[in-house]
Amino acid sequence: MSLFLNLASQGLINGAVYALIAIGLAMVFGLLRILHIAHAGLFALGGYLGLVVTNATGSFALGLAVSMAVVAACGVLMYRLCYEPILEQPPYVPLIASVGMFLAIEELLRLVFGDHGLSYHVPPLAGAIDLGGMRIKYAEIAVVVMACVLLGGLALFATRTRIGMAWRATVSEPRMAASCGVSLRQVRHLNFAIGSAFAAAAGVMVGVLNNLVEPSMGAVPSYKALAIIVLGGLGNMGGTLVAALLLGLVEAFGATYLSNYLDRDSIAFAAMLCVLLVRPEGLFSGTKGSTGLLARKLQLKGAAKWVLTKRPS
Amino acid sequence: MGAYETSILTLVAINVILALSLNLISGLCGQVSLGHAAFFGVGAYATALLAKAGANLWLTLPAALLLAGVCGLVVGFCSLRVRDDFLAIATMAAGFLFLGVVRTSDALGGELGISQIPESGLEGFYPYFVVLCAVAAGVFCTWVKKSWLGYAFEAVSADETAARSLGIDTPRFKLAAFALGTGLAGVAGCLYAYYLGTVGVEAFGFPVSVMILAMVVIGGMGSIWGSVLAAALLTLAPEWFRFINDYKLLVFGLLLFVMMRFVPGGLFPLVLRQARRLRGEAAR
Repeated sequence: MSLFLNLASQGLINGAVYALIAIGLAMVFGLLRILHIAHAGLFALGGYLGLVVTNATGSFALGLAVSMAVVAACGVLMYRLCYEPILEQPPYVPLIASVGMFLAIEELLRLVFGDHGLSYHVPPLAGAIDLGGMRIKYAEIAVVVMACVLLGGLALFATRTRIGMAWRATVSEPRMAASCGVSLRQVRHLNFAIGSAFAAAAGVMVGVLNNLVEPSMGAVPSYKALAIIVLGGLGNMGGTLVAALLLGLVEAFGATYLSNYLDRDSIAFAAMLCVLLVRPEGLFSGTKGSTGLLARKLQLKGAAKWVLTKRPS
Repeated sequence: MGAYETSILTLVAINVILALSLNLISGLCGQVSLGHAAFFGVGAYATALLAKAGANLWLTLPAALLLAGVCGLVVGFCSLRVRDDFLAIATMAAGFLFLGVVRTSDALGGELGISQIPESGLEGFYPYFVVLCAVAAGVFCTWVKKSWLGYAFEAVSADETAARSLGIDTPRFKLAAFALGTGLAGVAGCLYAYYLGTVGVEAFGFPVSVMILAMVVIGGMGSIWGSVLAAALLTLAPEWFRFINDYKLLVFGLLLFVMMRFVPGGLFPLVLRQARRLRGEAAR
């Protein structure tokens, strides 16, 4: 039983990290239909920035804030310099450009900070609590809390503010939104800024969890994030969230029970292929009727309803 | 030619075969695949196992072709259900699955891979044999492109729904493209295994798949000469950049980005267009 609880909690913690990474990817995909591989580069950059600033100033909160702000700016810059001019091209063109940027960021981090990665001088959020026979680190709790706060904040922002409304309108019907006076460009900037900031937060937290940041830390989580956004139905926020948590759980249990046949990383992709073969449009991208049903059944309103169904109340 | 030149020549020829094979699937038939390195790997691992069991080149080459082609058919069945972005991600997943299986399987050498693969038995002729194979692959692709099959592929790539309504059996042609392309990739894998004498997981990862796709895209989707030139260019580029040593991959990543940013249609079509313009001006 305690093994089960342990695995479940580990799965949820990993799921929270995946959710933070995948939400950014899903936002970019939902808006622009680009597979944004360079997101992984931003994730690694965020991890490094957080660590460097924390080590230099001694304040973890400052490190986190600086990392999120700088990476958000980098995300916007990336959109302006790279994606905007090639939006009209077939989807593999931005994809390859994105991979090129990812390689470049990874190499840049390697050249500046060295091959072996860096660690915190004083690991922030050290220590752990006992919870019913399980040791849960403070850092792990912080990851889950941060994911809840950030994603909940995003949901509130999207449903309760005028900017959020414009953003949602642009995702569902860009031309109509533009003709109602929404600036597509500003919405896209906002989209990249929020997504990148979340990736940076995830990067910082992964750095804290492992007490290590390395140049290649972005690769595997970001490929998994791609799997997650497919499972969640491409561009569907709520589906992405559920898929991220599910994947965390499946991995935690799979890594224990299936380790003789598949390594941890390919479990995600095996699960994804199975889902694609049964439901080619992803787990949660049902038709209007079925998502409406989900919302009705759960008696959801406002932000929660939007998160799960992506449809305003 | 010195040892260095022949070694580079072999590598270029292998990559040309790889680029041509993906060009059949992604370029001609329009099915973007991000897991092509897996089939390359299937061919290489099949060759490594068979060669260690005592088979010679004339047995391992068809075996690698068939095995990779069969795996390609299986993945092709996936492609019948999913399209566009989903297909790209599904093939990427297939690639990662291949890596995962190889990593955990002791029979395939796990993380260490398989080393000490016996020689091909062609001695000094081997590099030329690889080049011959590349030429054969090029001729085959040209033939496919000019044949009725190629026209059907292009129809599927241009507009699948329209092709279907014209009575083209699109699922069958997609499967054919996958089987042909992945079979060719298997051949490349076989040649690679003999060339290096050892196969390891990291040679067949996601970055390699992207590299092959980059060759096809930079060469211009569907263009055979473009694929050949781009494969040679992208294989030689890291060698040219050797003098900047540490910055090699950085420059390479930026090169990919800059190519896509400024010549998204591919290098070869651009060159062709310029050449045609020059000729046009000369005629006037």
